[in-house]
Amino acid sequence: MALQKPYLDVPGTTIFDAEQSRKGYPLNQFCMSLMKADNRARFKAGQRAYLDEWPMSEDQKLAVLARDLNRCIALGGNIYFLAKIGATDGLSFQQMAGSMTGMSEDEYRAMMVGGGRSPEGNRYAGEDGDAQPQHQPQGAAGRRKEA
Amino acid sequence: MAHITASVYTSHVPAIGAAIDMGKTAEPYWQPVFKGYEASKQWMKDNPPDVVFLVYNDHATAFSLEMIPTFAIGTAASFQPADEGWGPRPVPTVVGHPELAAHIAQSVIQDDFDLCIVNRMDVDHGLTVPLNLLCGSPSPEHFSWPCPVIPFAVNVLQYPVPSGRRCFMLGQAIRRAIESFDQPLKVQIWGTGGMSHQLQGPRAGLINREFDTAFLDRLIDDPAGQATVPHIDYVREAGSEGIELVMWLIARGAMSDIAGGPPPRVVHRFYHVPASNTAVGHLILENQ
Repeated sequence: MALQKPYLDVPGTTIFDAEQSRKGYPLNQFCMSLMKADNRARFKAGQRAYLDEWPMSEDQKLAVLARDLNRCIALGGNIYFLAKIGATDGLSFQQMAGSMTGMSEDEYRAMMVGGGRSPEGNRYAGEDGDAQPQHQPQGAAGRRKEA
Repeated sequence: MAHITASVYTSHVPAIGAAIDMGKTAEPYWQPVFKGYEASKQWMKDNPPDVVFLVYNDHATAFSLEMIPTFAIGTAASFQPADEGWGPRPVPTVVGHPELAAHIAQSVIQDDFDLCIVNRMDVDHGLTVPLNLLCGSPSPEHFSWPCPVIPFAVNVLQYPVPSGRRCFMLGQAIRRAIESFDQPLKVQIWGTGGMSHQLQGPRAGLINREFDTAFLDRLIDDPAGQATVPHIDYVREAGSEGIELVMWLIARGAMSDIAGGPPPRVVHRFYHVPASNTAVGHLILENQ
């Protein structure tokens, strides 16, 4: 019998389930290693060399080097682990979350102060809310793309 | 015998901890958040518990992907504030209650819930931010939390996480365990996390005030009904990290009305958007 995964049609959202966890194990454990100050220093001193110590896929390593959190998540990363990279870079959780929307830091912060992102149009794939694929990237970056 | 006097529910946003640690609580952005807890701090002083049983989740801090316990009870004598990557929070060591924790572990496992027993673990913002919000920031002269705390970590990070129904039943088992402990302790049970928030992907920043309000209403008046709500409803309506709200059902299940007692008294209710990426919700229910 197939596993139940009723969450695959939520737009702009990747649920970290057992399958994602399996794919992302080395990526997330690399992130976990950044909990130690010595490792943070070594990583900053030579990112590629540090990543090469981990049995990660090339795609995972490139996504980390690019700080492309959406790509990291697609490759099995989990935000609470990826946050260790952000901490190493001196970023807040809000800066990290915002980076996945394409919005600038100010735009994202303004959205939150204004009450956050509405669930309208963002519950199911195929609707027309701002988190849907046809509206990426969001904010000024998206408007520049259309112009 | 020990008994549960009240349950407390609150979000545990890391940025709230950072605001406290960096002295930003009076800033216009943060002031409304902390104002919502003023009455709660006074209530804590007027109704001091002997022990807090604190349900929270670890955020890839004590538990990496090496081990992913669904339910973990801290039975140690003390727990250190963790370094989550920004350095450890400057808050006191959390003193445990090993005797009560061991008693609860034995009772709840015999009641068919498979707890992971943890004798060494650091505790992250999920546990220490609620302590700050309810107890204030301990002064350097009295650098300790007001009472022992039993940490109870729930996996809400890797799916599948425990269902609302199972959390609600677990709360009932915890109440039975506490009430069979042969010391006259006043115990509070806290459920933390939530409310609506999503920290990942293009849908990051989702907030759903309507869902949160309905959740608070139903948690008070119809918790058994709320416990039947499936995960997917939380994900769709309250964001992928809004699933943390199932932990509130553990605390709610431990209240005496679920075992046939009178309905609890609503002491305090508070809701505010935003704290960083998250809707802050807070509730105090007293057993009558």
